[in-house]
Amino acid sequence: MANIVSDVICPFCGTLCDDLEVELSDDGKKILEVYHACAIGAEKFLHSQAEDRITRPRMMQEDGTTKEVSYEEAAKYTAKILCEAKKPLMYGWSSTSCEAQSVGHSVAEAVGGIVDNTATVCHGSSLIAVQDVGIPSCTLGEAMNRADRVVFWGCNPAHAHPRHMSRYSVYPRGFFTGKGSKSRKVVVIDPRKTDTASLADVHLQLEQGRDYELLSALRVAFRGEKLPDVVAGIPKDQIYEAADLLKSGRFVIIYFGMGVTQSLGKNHNIDIAIGVTRDLNDYTKAAIMPMRGHYNVTGSGEVLGWQYGFPFCVDLSRGIARYNPGETSSNDLLMRDEVDAVFVLGSDPGAHFPISSVKKISELPSVAIDPHLTPTTAVCKLHVPVAFVGVEVGGCCYRMDNVPIESRKVVDPPEGMLTDQEFLEMVLAEVRKCKGV
Amino acid sequence: MTKISLNLITGRTIQQGVSMEGGKEKKAYTKACGIIEMDPSDMKKLNVWKNTNVRVTSEFGTVIVKAVEATQGPHPGLAYIPMGPWANMVIDPNTYSMGMPTFKGVPIEVEVAINEPIYDSQELVRRACGLKV
Repeated sequence: MANIVSDVICPFCGTLCDDLEVELSDDGKKILEVYHACAIGAEKFLHSQAEDRITRPRMMQEDGTTKEVSYEEAAKYTAKILCEAKKPLMYGWSSTSCEAQSVGHSVAEAVGGIVDNTATVCHGSSLIAVQDVGIPSCTLGEAMNRADRVVFWGCNPAHAHPRHMSRYSVYPRGFFTGKGSKSRKVVVIDPRKTDTASLADVHLQLEQGRDYELLSALRVAFRGEKLPDVVAGIPKDQIYEAADLLKSGRFVIIYFGMGVTQSLGKNHNIDIAIGVTRDLNDYTKAAIMPMRGHYNVTGSGEVLGWQYGFPFCVDLSRGIARYNPGETSSNDLLMRDEVDAVFVLGSDPGAHFPISSVKKISELPSVAIDPHLTPTTAVCKLHVPVAFVGVEVGGCCYRMDNVPIESRKVVDPPEGMLTDQEFLEMVLAEVRKCKGV
Repeated sequence: MTKISLNLITGRTIQQGVSMEGGKEKKAYTKACGIIEMDPSDMKKLNVWKNTNVRVTSEFGTVIVKAVEATQGPHPGLAYIPMGPWANMVIDPNTYSMGMPTFKGVPIEVEVAINEPIYDSQELVRRACGLKV
């Protein structure tokens, strides 16, 4: 009989699918097949089995080659660079469990570091907007059961959250949405005719970067006031039609992504998107939700939130928690030469930060903790491979709607490999020794 | 040599996601992300065949990628490089005091660079940082 582990959590995106089945070899040591996952999720499970996987820490040498070191030496080096630095940056945290994040924060407190997560290049703008104007939101379960008007603004779930539409937003039959996709109208707002847009009832192909104008125009249209002939490249009739479509729904849910958070306007785009949601509540019920990327970036915000009161960009270098995006955010700190060591865990700034920031990382004492080989591990002085959270070790993760879900262990990590939490505990012990705590 | 000006946006594609989880040091990642998706009308303007290497230049840097026809379009005037180190060589790092670099909406120029090599992710970043490869 096949050896199948069921109800496995997928540790890829913020949708955090919880219905995967993983087929193991008879001895339970090898993953053979992954069922129900999207292409990306399945690849994550299968790649953990790669034969060329790095299983021991490696130190970069002067000549560009690497030398294998033990986890003890790696922990000592990490503690040393963090203790010697005046203001170390501890970045990442989105591809690990809340338990590991919490240990990492203890290290940051002890060394007076800055803790920042991947929201800084993702939904940081949304977090700032939420602090400015609040957010009327809901859970994905509510959206599945109630929403009959679904808006995807500047996001492309067909590519970035491949099972979002089938599990929650478009296709499932819910309590009040018994006809599945037939009971919903889908509106996509995107400068490209994306694969998500091709499934939509209405696609508003706006000019790139003109989201604020279009959102304002919708607010005007809701009130029945006059609009110019064309706003953001969209004829006014289409805007009035879209506004009427949204107002006529019983429950509107707006999902938004990088199209609005990374275009100029940034947090102000989200401010007004939340304004649109608030306006819609005068006519019907409406909610708005960010499409979070990493599977536990929401968790990082939650853990930082309940420990320090801020969801990202937390500066602990003065012994108290300070928060000021633009000053205490990773890219600003790196580009202004305000940090003197870099610690990366569960993220890849080498691939996803502007190259000017990556250059700064390469010039500083640096350590990257990541199961994969990445552009970050290619420029950091030390690479510490660890077990995959959600595949080789369990732990708490938060879905994009702030619902905590416990991920499951499926197989053992390769022999002798540590989890990130175990490695962080070793670093914390070394840091305490060094600081005499 | 013909040069055209476009507006660049970046973001995820499913090929980018799958190849990223399959290993960023592998060829598949370069194939998925070391590209620029252009509208067919823009490719015509540039006078370039599909799958030709091109140089993308912005105020902030330059990178060699492969020009491919946009699978999600049409969108004349708009270019798309999937998120990753290739895109990040040219995007606008300015955060306007709120932490987020401007990953979308960067004016770029594209020209044919048929004999220039496309580096893999590790080599690209190490070269840009002045490290040995």
